[in-house]
Amino acid sequence: MRGIVHKYDRANIDTDVIIPGPYLKIHDHKELAKHAMEGIDSKFPEKVSNGDFLVCGSNFGCGSSREHAPIALSGTGIKAILAPSFARIFYRNAVDGGYLLPIEVEEDIIKRIADNDYLDIDISQNRITNLSKNESYVMKAFPALIAKIVESGGLVNYKELSNL
Amino acid sequence: MTITEKILARAAGKAHISPGDVVFAKIDKVMLHDVSGPGVIKVFSQWEKMGKKLERIWDPDRVWITEDHFVPPPDRISAENLLELSNWSEKFGIKKHFKYGLGQYGICHTLSHEEAMVLPGEVYVGGDSHTNTTGAMGAFAAGLGHTDIAYVLMNGQIWFKIPETMMFKLTGKKPEYIMAKDIILKIIGDIGTDGANYKTMQFSGEVIRQLGMEERLTLTNMTTEAGAKNGIIEADSITDEYLRERTDSSYFAILGDSDAEFSEVYSYEIDKLEPIVAKPFSPGNISVARELQDIEIDKAYIGSCTGAKLEDLRLAAKLLKGKKVKVRTEVLPAAQSIYSKAIKEGLISIFMEAGAVIGPPTCGACCGAHMGVLGKDEICVSTTNRNFPGRMGNVESKTYLASPLVVAASAITGKITDPRDARN
Repeated sequence: MRGIVHKYDRANIDTDVIIPGPYLKIHDHKELAKHAMEGIDSKFPEKVSNGDFLVCGSNFGCGSSREHAPIALSGTGIKAILAPSFARIFYRNAVDGGYLLPIEVEEDIIKRIADNDYLDIDISQNRITNLSKNESYVMKAFPALIAKIVESGGLVNYKELSNL
Repeated sequence: MTITEKILARAAGKAHISPGDVVFAKIDKVMLHDVSGPGVIKVFSQWEKMGKKLERIWDPDRVWITEDHFVPPPDRISAENLLELSNWSEKFGIKKHFKYGLGQYGICHTLSHEEAMVLPGEVYVGGDSHTNTTGAMGAFAAGLGHTDIAYVLMNGQIWFKIPETMMFKLTGKKPEYIMAKDIILKIIGDIGTDGANYKTMQFSGEVIRQLGMEERLTLTNMTTEAGAKNGIIEADSITDEYLRERTDSSYFAILGDSDAEFSEVYSYEIDKLEPIVAKPFSPGNISVARELQDIEIDKAYIGSCTGAKLEDLRLAAKLLKGKKVKVRTEVLPAAQSIYSKAIKEGLISIFMEAGAVIGPPTCGACCGAHMGVLGKDEICVSTTNRNFPGRMGNVESKTYLASPLVVAASAITGKITDPRDARN
């Protein structure tokens, strides 16, 4: 998959920033997308095109268990988030709901990627190619179970319970 | 194995498990509320569109529902969410649905212990990040999103990566001006808001014996703010006594092995601890309360699953008795049962005579939703658990997190105040 980078270079971007509390009563995915990242950049939904990537600091998505957070981001067109680490519930919501991919990469790689860079992400090879800079990076591989859920498009479609 | 490993091993049907293993664990109890519930309903309707037949759920008797975030409903959407949730729970035969205005209701994490919904040794998941709270009962308790909760409702199990356990030993004699809130804020300040990511935070030591059940719940409640998968305290006679007053159900407490391995062991001498406050905009951004005594506040908030249990109200009332508040002060007991006990004990009169406004149990302003949200530049000192930008209202408002004693002391002076200095 290929897309443009939207970079917010700070750690601990929390769920109250990604989708503020008053919108928790909303369950319409398109409506939620209009407010994605409202606590950090009110123009975020206009800037994103379908297929783009978000690049952020460590502990992305900390705070609440609200699945509204990956839903709102995915609704803007974001397909993957690159960060050195993710908060656990955000990570599993993103994967299990099949909304977008939380991709863990080293801090140094985050530093090399700039806002507006054009990336190619190949999860089958665990490789990220920065087409703007002609560089290639390694992403952390998904653990076996996560890879299977990602492949299924979410836990909803995952059927291999008994094989574990 | 640790208590967390033993509980999850049992639930996964394995004799032994180690940190890093991924298992599907059987779930004993599951909770959803008026925010995660409508999300679950949406996942169910997607499944139906995919052709799945959803006539019944795995075990309606293991499921319970609360109305807590948007109650009483501040607007039509919230009211309609409650109606949708009521129809859905009726359709699937879920009997334990705590509704406002119909007897006992309150914040989900408070009902989990007030109503003994979860017992020692159980695996409990909830559609809310502070589900960790209930780990203080000696259970494995972790928060999940609504897709995972929907999956549990159909399958009775869910995957977990077995976490490493960080052990926090709390030693010494706890001074009377120190509350569990000070202890957990200090720990989060030390290890950072991602310091326990994917891990278990377990608490032990002689101070645990000095804390009542409700105070223990404050410790595990805020393990979420350090990124922990779960917080846990082994059940003991205090747990047993608390549960005996609330349920006839029997349970088998699980304790960790004496040779259990911990990824880190921390020791805290609680007799030396000062009252702690977390400054904007992170629960890990801590200071000693006395270093912040020049900070003028606009509001004091005593509410939420973290800071409006009966003991929280008792201690706040002790300071506020016979005093007048200098800034807006809002008190919202965390459950109807606690509200009722607070009336019988005369606590509500103390708050009212001090000038505070009393509100019904709700997550309301804690998550910036309604019932007392903050305006631009307003500064609040609060017994709640989060102070991210915009958490309690306007993005340019500021929240300082503190114990009910510090919040009550600050309400009296209008500035952030150590409870030892409030009596002047």
